[in-house]
Amino acid sequence: MAGAPNREYKNSLVRWIEYRLPIFSLLDHTIGRDYPTPKNLNYWWSLGAVLTIALIIQIITGIFLAMYYVPTAEGAFDSVERIMRDVNSGWMIRYIHSNGAALFFAAVYIHILRGMYYGSYKRPRELLWFIGIIIFILMMATAFMGYVLPWGQMSFWAATVITNLFSAIPWVGDSITIWLWGGFSVGSATLQRFYSLHYVLPFVIFGATIVHIWAIHVHGPNNPKGISVKGPQDTIPYHPYFTTKYMVVFGIFFIALAFLVFYEPNYLNHSDQFKRANPLVTPANIVPEWYFLPFYAILRSIPDKLMGVVAFGGSLMILFILPWVDTSRVRSGAFRPVFKQFFWIFVADVILLGYIGSQPPAGALLIIGRLATVYYFAHFIIILPLVGWMERPKPLPESIAEPVLKGEGGQ
Amino acid sequence: MADSAQDDDGVTRRDFFNVAAVAASVVGAGLAAWPLINSMNPAADVLALSSTEIDLTPIEVGQSITVVWRGKPVFIRRRTEAEIEQARADDKASLPDQELDADRVQNPEWLVMVGICTHLGCIPLGQKAGEPRGDFGGWFCPCHGSHYDTSGRIRRGPAPRNLEIPEYIFLDDTTIRIG
Repeated sequence: MAGAPNREYKNSLVRWIEYRLPIFSLLDHTIGRDYPTPKNLNYWWSLGAVLTIALIIQIITGIFLAMYYVPTAEGAFDSVERIMRDVNSGWMIRYIHSNGAALFFAAVYIHILRGMYYGSYKRPRELLWFIGIIIFILMMATAFMGYVLPWGQMSFWAATVITNLFSAIPWVGDSITIWLWGGFSVGSATLQRFYSLHYVLPFVIFGATIVHIWAIHVHGPNNPKGISVKGPQDTIPYHPYFTTKYMVVFGIFFIALAFLVFYEPNYLNHSDQFKRANPLVTPANIVPEWYFLPFYAILRSIPDKLMGVVAFGGSLMILFILPWVDTSRVRSGAFRPVFKQFFWIFVADVILLGYIGSQPPAGALLIIGRLATVYYFAHFIIILPLVGWMERPKPLPESIAEPVLKGEGGQ
Repeated sequence: MADSAQDDDGVTRRDFFNVAAVAASVVGAGLAAWPLINSMNPAADVLALSSTEIDLTPIEVGQSITVVWRGKPVFIRRRTEAEIEQARADDKASLPDQELDADRVQNPEWLVMVGICTHLGCIPLGQKAGEPRGDFGGWFCPCHGSHYDTSGRIRRGPAPRNLEIPEYIFLDDTTIRIG
């Protein structure tokens, strides 16, 4: 992590530690005074830091919930009710954990879309983008297994539907599903392994986050202009400039979290989650958490089981080819007038898929869902390569510093 | 390494040992992982779950019951004459998963099936009076809209297969044993 030379620390204890374990200079170079950062980063670049905070909140609240939670089919539902009613502050810790997960996903979606708009996946940041997708998939797995733990009706049926996706694999699908369940249906064995994995995966995510941050520091973050840093005149230290700037977004995040926890703690929940899991009754309309809805809509829109599962997995995996299907050499969407429009159509398409995922699969919605699914894939496979070839981008500024110094602002 | 035996291709004995050692380590790691992976398969007590015997006498014609076998619901329906006729007539319809009604029942009056949609494992509706039974008069899965006919065969929707027929035998005219 290159940058300014190691500074001489004033405090003698800090100096003593630094000489033996250079942890203070590591922090300064990673998120501190000696991390040179493009000076034009806007608020959308704060989401990475927000996500780190969200992960830490989930881990801390989760550790305390685990002290009371009972991971068996008989005990899970009651133990969660006990946390809500009898455990001191249990209701608050659980509501922070469940609503924190929702905001975690809201932040990660903004973070991903920011990367897509500003071309943050392009050379030389392809591996940074890959690690990010892996973290996103780990997050989805962790959130899904966490949703199963309260053992309500939606928990049970979400677990049933999602584990059954694996039964679509030809030949070995049924054996894999039974292996995942540890039985012949979703039951206590399934719940206990989900609990084990739900506890450990956040630490895997934490490790992957460190690799993600490491990868950012090799070439530094992308920026709204999408042009590379050319020298010290293009950068300012991360601390105090961006640490303070991002405090604003941290504040918004915490206000949103507090609003959900204290005023609408069950707004994002489902009424069937208040019923104990019943393996003999399927809820009338199975709906996943809102952050899975677009992918769920893609799964349902395909009338063939195996192809539905392939499309579902493909809708995530296609993110990996983004650095190559986007043929434009210009990174930032700010200088790409045609791409910019297709980007927002894509966002609208994903939101539409999300709405369709929340509705029963019938009639016109089924057709619209299919068209929206086709468009989702066409965006990557057809639109991005063509736009990259045909579009005439606006002229790029000479450097990051130039428009800033001319007083044009950092748009 | 200048003194190590070298053949014409520049491959040394040490290269061979390196490859052999890595290969052996990979095989060893695989063997060590197997007990861990296999531990996630159903345990012996789960596999030992006994079979279930059911008395059919209380079931009227046109009525269905749901019983639990290995943690799964099993549908038992005493079909009406009309339903049996319909199921046989549908043998000639276009079926995604071709199967004759006669191959799905031991006694045409009694249809015994695992009540789990072959799409993603929901429980289809149609067991109780008043529940939707789909466009083919059998069962309807509300999760993703699969329609099953009066023989439990998939007719429309994303499910790939007919409702599964468990292993069962008639112990006498009014008792069956599943499993």
